[in-house]
This record gives sequence, C-alpha cells and structure tokens, in this order.
Amino acid sequence: MFDYTFQWRQAYRHLPRMLEGALVTLEIAVLSLVIGITIAVLLAVARDSKSIWLRAPATAWVEVARNTPALFQIYMAHFGLGSFGIYLSPYVALLAGIAFNNAGYLCETFRGALRAIPQTQTRAGRSLGMGQAQTFRLILMPQMFRISFLPTTNQMVWAILMTSLGVTVGMATDLTGITQNLNARTFRTFELFAMAAVLYYLIAKAVMLAARLIAWRLFRY
Amino acid sequence: MFDTAMTWNDLMFMLRGAGVTLWITAIAVGGGTALGLVFGVMRSALSPWVTWPLAFVLDVLRSVPLLIQLVLANSFQAIAGFGWSPFVTSCVGLALYTAALCTEVVRGAILSVPETTRRAARSLGMTWAQDQTQIVFPMALRVGLPSWINLTLGVMKDSALVLWLGIIELLRASQILVTRLQEPMFILLVAGAIYFLISFPVARFGERLEKRWREHD
Repeated sequence: MFDYTFQWRQAYRHLPRMLEGALVTLEIAVLSLVIGITIAVLLAVARDSKSIWLRAPATAWVEVARNTPALFQIYMAHFGLGSFGIYLSPYVALLAGIAFNNAGYLCETFRGALRAIPQTQTRAGRSLGMGQAQTFRLILMPQMFRISFLPTTNQMVWAILMTSLGVTVGMATDLTGITQNLNARTFRTFELFAMAAVLYYLIAKAVMLAARLIAWRLFRY
Repeated sequence: MFDTAMTWNDLMFMLRGAGVTLWITAIAVGGGTALGLVFGVMRSALSPWVTWPLAFVLDVLRSVPLLIQLVLANSFQAIAGFGWSPFVTSCVGLALYTAALCTEVVRGAILSVPETTRRAARSLGMTWAQDQTQIVFPMALRVGLPSWINLTLGVMKDSALVLWLGIIELLRASQILVTRLQEPMFILLVAGAIYFLISFPVARFGERLEKRWREHD
C-alpha cells in the first residue's frame, strides 16, 4: 500500500531546533493569555457598565472576536493595519491577533463567573466601607478568577493551538514555522509534521497538568 | 479608504469563496456529527477500559492544531496513494476534528440525563434501544444542542485553515483580491463582515435557545 519510505531519523535530527520553536510557541501563548486576561477584565467591566460609550465598544470587541475566525483576526493585524501604515512583524501580529481573540472569549467567561458570585458579596464589601473599585479588586476579582480557572486553562490550550496559525503570516520561529521551514528544505512533510503534532500534544498535556497542580495548590480549603 | 477599486465581480468572487466555506462546513459537520454521535454513545455506554484507545485518539485530535492535522492528512493521503483532491482531504480532516469535539458534546449531554430516569425507563420494560431513543435522546438533545451549534460555528471559523491546502474559500479569496488590489483593510473588512453575518445570527439563535430551554427545567 505504501510506496514510501519513512525517514524518521532525518526528522529526529531536527528535534533540538523544533524544541526551540516549542519554547517560542509557549512564550507567545503565555504572553497572549496574560494580555488577553488583562483586557478581558476591562471588557467585562465595560460590558456591564451603564455608559453606552463603554458598553458599545466592548460588546463590539467581544462579538467580532467570537464571530470571526482567529486566522482572520491575525490577517487583520498583519495585512489590514498595513492600510494605515502600521506594519506589524509576524510575531507582533500573531500575538495581537491571539490576544484579541483571547480577550473576547475570556470576557464572556469572566462575565459568567461574575454572575455566579452572590450579590451579597458586593454588598458586604461596600458595607465594610470599601469603594466600588476596591470591592471589585479585592472581593470580586479573586473569586472571579477562581470560578473561571478551568475555562481559562482551556483558553490557554486554545491559545497554544492558535499560535500555529502564525505560519500563514510568515512567522518562522515558532514550532509550526520552524517545521514548515524544515519541510521546505527536506520535503519530509509527514515525518516533520507528525513530530510537531507530538510536541504540540505534549505541550498541551503539560499545560493541563501544570494547571491541575496550580489549582490543587491554590484552591484547597 | 472607502473609494475602492473593488468591483461587483470581485464581491461575487468572495461570495463564491463563502459558498465553499459553507460547503466544507456542511460536509465536515455532517460527517463529524454522525461519527460523534456513534463515538459519544459508545463512550457513554461502554466501560472506559474498552474505549480508551478511542478516547486517546479523540484527545489527540483535540490537542493538536488543526493546521498540523490538515497538513498531516494531506501528506498521508499522498503517501497512501489515495489521490484525494485537497477538497476531499480538508473535508475528511475537518470531519475527524469535528467528530472529536462532537463526541464530548454528545457524551456530556447523555451523561446529564439522570441515572434514575434511565432506570425508570428500563423498569417500565423498555429495551436499551428504546431507552436510548425515547428517553435519553430527547432529554440529551436539550442539553447538547446549544453546544452543538457553538461547535458548528467553531468549525465554520476553523474551516478558514483549509486555505493552507490551496482551497479558495472566503479568506483565501480575499487574500487573492488583496494581492491584486492592494487594499487589505477594505477587503478584509468585507470578508470579516461576511463571516460575522453568517456566524452572529446563528450564535444569537443558539443563546436564545439555551435560555428558553433552561427556563422550563
């Protein structure tokens, strides 16, 4: 059936370079998640605010992020902004695209978590003489992060998977980019991408395991 | 920015691309859901000791980037000598990916049906198949359908990745126009608007369905 000789050794030789790429992938994913979480908290506050000037842009952000492909968002950052004379490098464009996407999804996660916190918590905070911002920062936000910890880990895994899209805008240093470069040089497509797939799987599992450990350490009573 | 060189013909070109996107989505979701239903029922009915190989494969499909899966599927079909066109390859790749996600939706929905309800059905003399089709399925549908709608929209958005295999779907079509007309912002905005118009109403419908069905619990 197979008129093909698998050359695993050839692909295996490039493992160190691919591992370097895996680090870049992880770096982008972590950065995009941190930026995403920061923006998502602001968006979550803005979406539930009374002022339409805050609510409308936040809602637009969330709906666009959730209803268009991640690849489109990265294209927008890389090619689209070029119309305004803003030229982002593939790295920055990829990071911006994923962070934009993360922020949109996490905003909804956080809003759901905020709704799950009893109203009495806010009132208790205010009764103790805390300001509105203080109550949010010291009472609501820690609980919000705790409730949304699992969905946030899932978002982290998606962020890792999304970094693979960078190759379409010329990203050459992350795992997919390096694999694609090696592929162009050696034509060992199946072997190289199979190894990349294994690495992605291991990264995703490692992140899930780390999250599990962190949750176990942080959230025990 | 708004005086564009884009013609109606170019817009038709993009809409044809959107048609390809919808076609691929329909085929992938159709095939993926059929597989997902079978796998989901298997995963919920059989012991984990029996289904772990299946669970592992589906877990891999969910943990590896779709782009890598598509490239692998494409090179595998070439290695195996199937001679599939990129369109068939992407449909198969996306369908397997959909199946992996759909299995979890189906399994979660089935497991949400209380054990006692199913025992009651069996106590009334229903067979396993009757219990599945007349008790579990209607109850699980209410839990699973909103997630399934989200899943379908997710696959529609992820189907943009098949441009890597050389299929001219919506995003690839707009990229071709960008190369020709050099107006990236305007053309991408049109493409984004088309994606949004497809996705947003369906997402809203799903949300409403979820809310309405929850009220009657």
